[in-house]
Amino acid sequence: MIAYLGRRVVQSVLILLGVSLITFALLYLLPADPVRQIAGHSATPETVENIRRQLGLDQPFVVQYWHYLTSLLSGDLGRSYIQRSEVTELIVSRLPASLLLMVGAIACEVVIGLTMGLIAAVKRGTATDQSLMVASFVGVSAPQFVVGLLLLYVFAVRLGWFPIGGYGTWRHLVLPSLTMGILGAGWYARMMRSSMIDVLRQDYVRTARAKGLARSAIIFRHALPNAILPVIAMIGIDIGIFMGGIVVVESVFGWPGIGQLAWQAIQRIDIPIIMGVTLVSAFAIVLGNLLADTVAPFIDPRIKLR
Amino acid sequence: MKTKKTREREHDMRKYLISTVAASVLALVLGMTSVRAEDAVDPNAKQGGAITITYKDDVATLDPAIGYDWQNWSMIKSLFDGLMDYEPGTTNLRPDLAESYEIAPDGKTFTFKLRHGVKFHNGREMTADDVKYSLDRVTNPKTQSPGAGFFGSIKGYDDVAAGKAESLAGITVVDPYTIKFELTRPDATFLHVMAINFSHVVPKEEVEKYGTDFGKHPVGTGAFKLAEWTLGQRVVFERNPDYWHKGLPHLDKITFEIGQEPIVALLRLQKGEIDVPGDGIPPAKFQEVMADPEQKARVVEGGQLHTGYITMNTTMAPFDNVKVRQAVNMAINKDRIVQLINNRAVPANQPLPPSMPGYDKEFKGYPYDVAKAKALLAEAGHPGGFDTQLFAMNTDPNPRIAQAIQQDLAAVGIKASIQSLAQANVIAAGGDKAGAPMIWSGGMAWIADFPDPSNFYGPILGCAGAVPGGWNWSWYCNKELDTKAAEADSIVDPAKAGERAKMWSEIYGKIMEDAPWAPVFNEQRFTMKSARMGGADNLYVDPVHIPINYDNVYVTDVQ
Repeated sequence: MIAYLGRRVVQSVLILLGVSLITFALLYLLPADPVRQIAGHSATPETVENIRRQLGLDQPFVVQYWHYLTSLLSGDLGRSYIQRSEVTELIVSRLPASLLLMVGAIACEVVIGLTMGLIAAVKRGTATDQSLMVASFVGVSAPQFVVGLLLLYVFAVRLGWFPIGGYGTWRHLVLPSLTMGILGAGWYARMMRSSMIDVLRQDYVRTARAKGLARSAIIFRHALPNAILPVIAMIGIDIGIFMGGIVVVESVFGWPGIGQLAWQAIQRIDIPIIMGVTLVSAFAIVLGNLLADTVAPFIDPRIKLR
Repeated sequence: MKTKKTREREHDMRKYLISTVAASVLALVLGMTSVRAEDAVDPNAKQGGAITITYKDDVATLDPAIGYDWQNWSMIKSLFDGLMDYEPGTTNLRPDLAESYEIAPDGKTFTFKLRHGVKFHNGREMTADDVKYSLDRVTNPKTQSPGAGFFGSIKGYDDVAAGKAESLAGITVVDPYTIKFELTRPDATFLHVMAINFSHVVPKEEVEKYGTDFGKHPVGTGAFKLAEWTLGQRVVFERNPDYWHKGLPHLDKITFEIGQEPIVALLRLQKGEIDVPGDGIPPAKFQEVMADPEQKARVVEGGQLHTGYITMNTTMAPFDNVKVRQAVNMAINKDRIVQLINNRAVPANQPLPPSMPGYDKEFKGYPYDVAKAKALLAEAGHPGGFDTQLFAMNTDPNPRIAQAIQQDLAAVGIKASIQSLAQANVIAAGGDKAGAPMIWSGGMAWIADFPDPSNFYGPILGCAGAVPGGWNWSWYCNKELDTKAAEADSIVDPAKAGERAKMWSEIYGKIMEDAPWAPVFNEQRFTMKSARMGGADNLYVDPVHIPINYDNVYVTDVQ
């Protein structure tokens, strides 16, 4: 167990290093010049060169990357070119909003997804099953930008149940969580359905049925706990999908999280922020996977860590 | 560079005072209406109330030496002041922190008398030392100001820019209320430079206290003070009760909500939750808004200092032939392109936008004439046209406009393939001499930093901009016009402003003969506001305070 964990941690560090190198190289290779972006259209060539020198962007790639890496090890993500603030400060100030959205989104997708999957599995082969699966397919494939605007229009503008974007109260949280959750719910519904169908085929379920147990007791007491475990273990892996989604959803809803920060930084080629958010996201994904894998054997004794 | 002769002349020069009256005369000469600066407070304005404004992008910094964004430009103007400013809603210069100014006849020495009793938000009185400090700071390479180059005409600039001096030799504090600027050349744009954000006055003690974070803790002399800044969420301004300009500002509080998509902002405006969507009406919703009389009534339309154009690389065949460039000018159906963007612009025939001094109303430009364009191409030795590339930015409506241009060009035989790229990539291609034969400037086009005709020349049409990484994407360099431009900019005497504007008209007329650009349209601005917002319409399309003039607008629903 400890050997496994040690190996995984080393692997994770290597993955993060790789991510940092690839992102840094991609940003370095951009045909766009970040200094021009900072300097604006009126800057003289001297001003542009002066800024380039002070930011160390006139150095060769290896030197720039080495500088970045060494300050990263001391916990310094650098200073934003455009915002002129510490990247760590910017990310930390926005992290709570993203985490809150993550909790809301996971709650939505788990509740909606598991319910849909459960019903579909139990009603397997019926029209209910088919329509639920079509719905989950739509949920998985609908662009979040569209889903978000649609929910905003119906529930905020037309019905006025929720505020039109923004951040602050639980009412602000509902629509963005739902937008994120609809995508995840589709996945969870499909997974839950197949997992449940597997379990319902097991001998012990047949035995329970043969004993004359009530259908609801079989489903909820015997089948569900076993079917739900592998699905729950997916939440850790889900963080990756989530990190991709927040960029869009946070922008649509004016949600002040790191997704919105990343989106604005990309538009303005604010390299330190792009690097910072990428690394933090990569860290979250790696950590999520690690947790999911570590916790899995506790949830499902059939899995063994080696 | 200061010559001995200049120095001698400085001693016996006859100075003359520009009073507000003279400034009004100047404005009349330029054909503009003028309001007396001091009394420019709307008598109908109501005091108090709070408004909410939304922006999509985060506010980067509120440091006047650094801020250069759509959203922070006008915010900084409300927190800080400069020696000069413009009458609200116009392009007419007037003294601001300065009470009056004198210009030496040689146009190289400017002396400003400062207003007494102007206080920074921290309570300290602003003096000439602060003005000097602020300009030393903005030109210091360590500040990394994108605007440092604007101060290039001040004596000693080169030494400060090179890091050889800490202070501009050309600025002298005569007494706490008098400051003198010596320039290396006569500079007719200098008063504009003294009005631009980068020259706004900051208190040394606060800058030193916060260091690089001054932009997050701005302290100025302006109409508003920063009350709250929650990163990524909101910026709140509150009224500065000690503002030197009595009667201003009208509003008690402005809340800027950050991170709101324009389309969401419009929905919130329709619900009455916000007062001004700072990023304007989203193009996809424009027709819907304009078709609804109730909404249309709350839209204010105005010009802006913007021109959208096609550049032709004059160093690349076949665009090195003036006839080919003229043919392109005649091939473009500008009216159709304007229709394509829902008439949010007016067709252009010259580089300068109509609201800019020096714009030539009589100039006819190149007509839309397919037959003549074909004839010119034949004369140039391309009767069957040729193949080329048109670069354009990849965000709407630019690809659509590029396609319209492509069709127009095809009609005269020019087969242009469209290179639709991210903004930064198009800019990079334009700054590379062999990079792009043609560029549609949309999304990157020049918006003037200050309302002066020279601002459309140097970097985008002059030889100085025709360098790698420059903005002169036509690589057009006419030494004769460069000399003429320098000559025009040495006419500092405000009484000769008309003459100077005329010289600039001639320069742009000559440029159009050489046709390095095909000007396409001048974008109009459409600002939408809530029903409760009051104040003259031109405050909502202020050419300088973009998008709106926060200091002078008010709300009508306060008691």
